Amino acid sequence: MFRRLQPDDLSATIYFDGRAIRCRSGESVAAALLSAGIARFRSTPVLGAGRMPHCMIGVCFDCLLEIDGQADRQACLVPVVDGMDVRSQEGAGRYDIQ
Amino acid sequence: MTRTDVIVIGGGLHGCCTALHLARRGLRPIVLEKNTVGRHASGVNAGGVRQLMRHTAEIPLSMAAMAAWETLAETLGPELAANCGFVGGVGQIGIAQSAQEMDWCHERVAEMHALGYDFEEVIDQEELRRLVPSVADICRGGLVSRRDGHANPFRTTQSFRRRAEQLGARILERTRVIGLEQGDGGWTVTTDNGVFRADIVVNCGGAWAWQAGAMVGEGFPKSHFASTLMVTSRMPHFIDPVVIGIDRVLSFKQTEAGTVVIGGGILGDPDLDEETAETVADRMMESAETVYEFFPILRKATIVRTWAGLEALMPDIIPVIGPSRVARGLWHAFGFSGHGFQLGPIVGSVLADLILDGESPIPLDAFSPSRFTAEGKLKPQAH
Amino acid sequence: MTGTERENCELAIIGGGPAGLAAATLAARLGVETVLFDEQPAPGGQVYRNIEANSRETGLLTPILGADYARGLDLVRAFRASGAGFEPMSAVWQVAANGKVGISRDERACLVRARRVILATGAMERPVPVPGWTLPGVIGVGAIQTLMKASGIIPDRPVVLAGSGPLLYLVAFQLAKAGAPLQAVVDTSGGSLASAARQALPILAGFAGDLLKGLSWIAALKARGIALYRGGYLSIEGVSRVEAVSFRSGGRRIRIATALLALHEGVIPNNQITTSLRCQHAWDRTQLAWRPETDAFGATTSPLVAVAGDGAGIAGARAAVHRGRLAALDAAFRLGRISRNERDDRARADRQALLREARFRSFLDRIYRPSEAMRRLDDETIVCRCEEVTAGELRQLIGEGFSDVNQLKSFSRCGMGQCQGRMCAGTIGRLLADETKADIADMGQYRLRIPVKPLPLAELAALGNADRNSGPVLEVADGDPSQRI
Repeated sequence: MFRRLQPDDLSATIYFDGRAIRCRSGESVAAALLSAGIARFRSTPVLGAGRMPHCMIGVCFDCLLEIDGQADRQACLVPVVDGMDVRSQEGAGRYDIQ
Repeated sequence: MTRTDVIVIGGGLHGCCTALHLARRGLRPIVLEKNTVGRHASGVNAGGVRQLMRHTAEIPLSMAAMAAWETLAETLGPELAANCGFVGGVGQIGIAQSAQEMDWCHERVAEMHALGYDFEEVIDQEELRRLVPSVADICRGGLVSRRDGHANPFRTTQSFRRRAEQLGARILERTRVIGLEQGDGGWTVTTDNGVFRADIVVNCGGAWAWQAGAMVGEGFPKSHFASTLMVTSRMPHFIDPVVIGIDRVLSFKQTEAGTVVIGGGILGDPDLDEETAETVADRMMESAETVYEFFPILRKATIVRTWAGLEALMPDIIPVIGPSRVARGLWHAFGFSGHGFQLGPIVGSVLADLILDGESPIPLDAFSPSRFTAEGKLKPQAH
Repeated sequence: MTGTERENCELAIIGGGPAGLAAATLAARLGVETVLFDEQPAPGGQVYRNIEANSRETGLLTPILGADYARGLDLVRAFRASGAGFEPMSAVWQVAANGKVGISRDERACLVRARRVILATGAMERPVPVPGWTLPGVIGVGAIQTLMKASGIIPDRPVVLAGSGPLLYLVAFQLAKAGAPLQAVVDTSGGSLASAARQALPILAGFAGDLLKGLSWIAALKARGIALYRGGYLSIEGVSRVEAVSFRSGGRRIRIATALLALHEGVIPNNQITTSLRCQHAWDRTQLAWRPETDAFGATTSPLVAVAGDGAGIAGARAAVHRGRLAALDAAFRLGRISRNERDDRARADRQALLREARFRSFLDRIYRPSEAMRRLDDETIVCRCEEVTAGELRQLIGEGFSDVNQLKSFSRCGMGQCQGRMCAGTIGRLLADETKADIADMGQYRLRIPVKPLPLAELAALGNADRNSGPVLEVADGDPSQRI
């Protein structure tokens, strides 16, 4: 869906639902996923509808992901750190009871 | 000038419920609400339907209220009753962390048994775990009232409002009472939206109820507070009972939507004149700490909103329900001190009994307005 | 020093766009101990997003983004040299009336007490609630530009841009220059830029450069053979993602199959913080948005708080610099660094420049008055993206007698989700006004409380620099847990 103008220095790897994605350290997780062709970031808790980032500046909250175990992270604001475990936030998210 | 038989001041839950019961018994109440229905304590409280750990003076009223919650459909009809979002029988649990708190639970149950009440029971850690699988190991047990539950406060207040309207009551929003006078022809209630005359006035003014008292020279405590709640984003369903703290600051429940509403006596900054309140992060910290310690699942939760509601606070923490001590035809029901929601379905019914029959089957002496001096202080013997 | 260690500052500035940068630079030069907090890793705001890195790299981006963007580098350099503190990656979740600023950074929250606060929170794209606007593949035009500036990524499949406002054609032009496959531009504004400009010539003297720029973007798109439409009544089709957009144009309905659709109907002030502070706001009947009421220096009705830049009403990046400087002068005066006379003397040039900008802005406001984002909503259109509340559900409640946006919110959950009403606040007021035939200016705003950004409970439980024993103590019988409020 999106491509990089300068496809260099992709030295970081993050994992989206287990899939390895090469990206730039420090860019937003949302940008990393979009340039890897991922359009469905999460599903809504009410209707289960798929969502993609809409505003990219932290106001729409449609880019919410589980990042390193924490739900409700705004992927458009969180910078990529090598090795990050990123998961699509399905519905109300996953929480361990204990 | 509008003439009717009864004016209710205040469109909260108690005001709407009072109008409902008076209308049911043939009167034509008009409710005067300065903002919108359920704007303050009625609409924004935590929604706990709790008999657990109540002041002993409130227990008979609270038990009658519980029965009213369980038969809401008879009062409201099935659709409006369902709209209240009442979930009963899931229990409310006071969680004990320390040995002292467990000791207090045993003492409390002994006191309750001595008074003839058996709805509170002490539970051990195993039973606590069974009821609340998400609780942390540091919680030893506690006190449960199994019949308790929760409801949606804003929707509940709206349902009582709608039912009152169906029965012939009129609810006037954005109508502020600015004068209250008794003359030969009954009460004259002056508002910023017209003048009303009625034989009977019921004061359900919540945090502002003392102002109606002052208009007739009847002193009440002006004390009020802003109870604060914080709410998480939607989470998967993980808990049925409502849990509260014993010595720790704690109270939370999970709503039907999956959000977790956390309170427990966090105080906001009230602004009675502006009719609003600010929530204060510094004071939410302690509540957040307790849920963090007691419920590992909430360690990853996100607080999305907070809010605060203005509520009257009586020095003895029990409400004022009964006839005015200075004027005939004026009745009071306010001062629920932060725990009036559970009493919501019963207070209006009790008031209708008092007003129309002169008596109530439920003992109300502890709530009498006569426990205050003319200046609005609690009389020494009432302590 | 990080945001979680700092306990006090004289002047806190929230937002590192042109207004915040200009304010911080001038305040620091006037001797005010100033700290600028921003959510992004580097200064620039959205308009000059990532300007330092993009200027350093000898890549393709700077020529694509153009001279107006490049100009931001001077602002950032001046800020870096000013001595003002900078706290990047810091989300501000509260500004209290007493000056306590709540920061979340590195997964830790803390309170920083400021003697004065300048909010430079800028603008956000106006939400465009049309059928299907929540589908994956539907994105903001501004969001597309942000992806370009911040990450150097552009669409790799045909994209349709629809809406109105200067940004629509600018981004279309930038995408075309960058080599992105541009499928069509659908202009939903009423008139044509050229004819409006001819009519407004007297007031536009001095803005020929801006006008020509706008016209040149359109000409460049035409020259590249990109389909330009005028249209309205957008509808977006798709099941699990966008498949097509259709619109009414010249009496017929046009349907374009596309996998990526970018919407834009101008920008509105980002006013969550001023709303949470209960600052007085006014409904701007030209810009169709709420803005905080301010004096000539940006001071709001909250005594310690000023607003500078687009957050106080949309006026653009050039104006934001002047508005930031004015707010800084006033802060320096209030904090005792300069006299009232010095403040007023120094303010003169910025005020004159602002007046000049205001003329051009009123022209832009008129020709780009949003239509698509303000038209009657279909019942099935989602108003609240978070809680998925439709216009039809809200209409039904309004029909049942709900007469207040906060009542509607309490009953329907519209505005209760993670975005805290950012995406539906304008729509719900408009819907209520339309249905009750009332003035939208009388409909009021959502009552917002802290946190103005969602805050992890774990961070609140470990809140730094909190005054735990602040505030009232209730006089109730203590020691007995059953004597509880």
